[in-house]
Amino acid sequence: MSLTLARNGTPVADAPAATDVIRMAGITKIYDTGKIRVEALRGVDLCVRAGEFVAIVGPSGSGKSTLMNLVGCLDTPTGGTYLLRDKEVAGLDKNDLARIRNERVGFVFQNFNLLPQITAYENVEMPLLFGGVPKRERKERVHALFAKVGLADRMDHRPTELSGGQMQRVAVARALSMNPDIVLADEPTGNLDTSSGGDVMSLFEELWKQGRTLIVITHDAALARRAGRIVEIRDGMIVRDGAPVPA
Amino acid sequence: MRSLPVIVSLFLRASRLQKKRAVLTIAAIAWGSVSLLLLLAFGEGLKNQMATARRGMGEGIAVLWAGQTTKAWQGLPPGRQINFAIDDVEILRSRVPILDGVIGENRTWSANFVVGKTTLNAQINGVHADYGRLRNHEPAPGGRFLNDHDVALRRRVVFLGDKLAKDLFAAEDPIGRGLLINNVPYTVIGVMKHRMQMGTYGGPDEGHAVVPITTFRAQFGDWPLANLVIRPKDPNQMSLALAEVRKVLAGKYKFDPEDTRVIQDWDTVKGAKVMTNILLGIQIFLGIIGGLTLMIGGVGVANIMYATVKERTREIGVKMALGARRSWITGPLLLEGLAYTVVGGLFGVVIATVLIILMGLIPTQGNQALEFLGKPTLSPAVGLVSAAILGLIGLIAAYFPARRAASIDPAQTLRYE
Repeated sequence: MSLTLARNGTPVADAPAATDVIRMAGITKIYDTGKIRVEALRGVDLCVRAGEFVAIVGPSGSGKSTLMNLVGCLDTPTGGTYLLRDKEVAGLDKNDLARIRNERVGFVFQNFNLLPQITAYENVEMPLLFGGVPKRERKERVHALFAKVGLADRMDHRPTELSGGQMQRVAVARALSMNPDIVLADEPTGNLDTSSGGDVMSLFEELWKQGRTLIVITHDAALARRAGRIVEIRDGMIVRDGAPVPA
Repeated sequence: MRSLPVIVSLFLRASRLQKKRAVLTIAAIAWGSVSLLLLLAFGEGLKNQMATARRGMGEGIAVLWAGQTTKAWQGLPPGRQINFAIDDVEILRSRVPILDGVIGENRTWSANFVVGKTTLNAQINGVHADYGRLRNHEPAPGGRFLNDHDVALRRRVVFLGDKLAKDLFAAEDPIGRGLLINNVPYTVIGVMKHRMQMGTYGGPDEGHAVVPITTFRAQFGDWPLANLVIRPKDPNQMSLALAEVRKVLAGKYKFDPEDTRVIQDWDTVKGAKVMTNILLGIQIFLGIIGGLTLMIGGVGVANIMYATVKERTREIGVKMALGARRSWITGPLLLEGLAYTVVGGLFGVVIATVLIILMGLIPTQGNQALEFLGKPTLSPAVGLVSAAILGLIGLIAAYFPARRAASIDPAQTLRYE
């Protein structure tokens, strides 16, 4: 495997086409409870290259959360192939998937999903703990991340003592802590007011500029327009894939 | 193996909550532990007391009685009555070297005892001096047991059982005092130190008087011996010793050594083994009852753990999304379940210890039920068994909720409120 992207996300100048971070082909996902059979995805082909900022849009029930679960290795596809940085994801067991999520995927959720009993610092530290990073290095990296999201003075607060925007910035710091291949955000501005939503959007743009690969699922047209590419899903299939149409 | 530090770290972070609910669960475990510990402690006390009582009659001995032959032997018909003679004791002493001691006994079930105006009937045994050692007749301070000179010189001295001494002399010290047995004067040389006695042949020793066998035979007649008592040097050689004794006596009295009905024996070594097993059985039974009580506490732990898992479903999903292995989800939960049981168990140990110390203060002397129930005792074995049962219950109680936690699907829990 040729790593053409340094782990800190800096793109290599002459990156060849092989720098696809995500390569999905013919992905299907069928939920079969025995009584009901739902085809959530019906043959999705999706490639995302390193350093892209992709917005996935579509109405409720279109299959975009299923797609997000598959991209984030929270679930495995029923059919098709999914290479996450050249590693086949299908057929991995739960612990292997956990390792991949830990090392390669950073999650940002609509409802932040910070753990309420522990401090913001400990929340950001948790993926590093899972990743086996030594304590001293954990400390350095967490401090750097809080500086990056502008919350260095809030590290010892509990999530309940933070505003929505601050919580989401902590969540972004957590998503970045293991230097993942992709940052996966699910409606990251959905629970925020316009102003803090704007802050988070700016943070995402900044990350993009720094060379991060970002995938955002959103209803928010303003956020989607800021992405470099919009993928629209309907009825389990990609119906449009391209640069955003100017408003 | 870097899972352990992660599990411990996660456990420490999760355990900052749940305090109020934990108190009730811990109380349930503490209650269960107290029951378990008390039951096991009573079992242990009973075992100790039974062992003491069993040793009361003498340790590692066998009592032999002579009966009738059942087989024809060397021209002699079956049905002959065999009787032990007093010289059998000397013969066995010289011919069976693995024996540590042999004594003979003569007995009269009822003799008349007179001290001043007190008169009563009691059993009297004529014995060899070694009887004191074999049959555990320890003299109370100030007295002594019969010795060889008493036997050789046919002295009229008597060693009294402690109850008989009290009946005859009330609160007075009987040592050196005179009394009449069937109108013959005797001097009291010793009184038996009080002891518990479980096995008896012919009633408990505390109600008997013991005199030299020679004196007895002079006064009551040269009867055959009522029985022999033997003790091998090594208790494990009891079967061998009994066989040797039978062989020697079969030669002397001309009966078939294979005719085991001629000499009946009471082998206390065998009896001790049976008793040990019965007591072990009782202890296991008590342990099971205690364990079942403790299991109710375990159900409480499982309950609170299920509630915890349910409440933390989203958190568990988040941790999984961040890359927690299954064992990092289940590990802290198992530790939490163990923590409840360990803390509850510690409280239980403290409470049970206090209760047992208090119960130890209740006087048992004179109350036969309490005397036999013994003093509840906490031994290291009781502690280890309790700790093992507690740990097992804690793990089992936490295992099922933890398994449920591990089966949580992060994709299902993360997205919506």
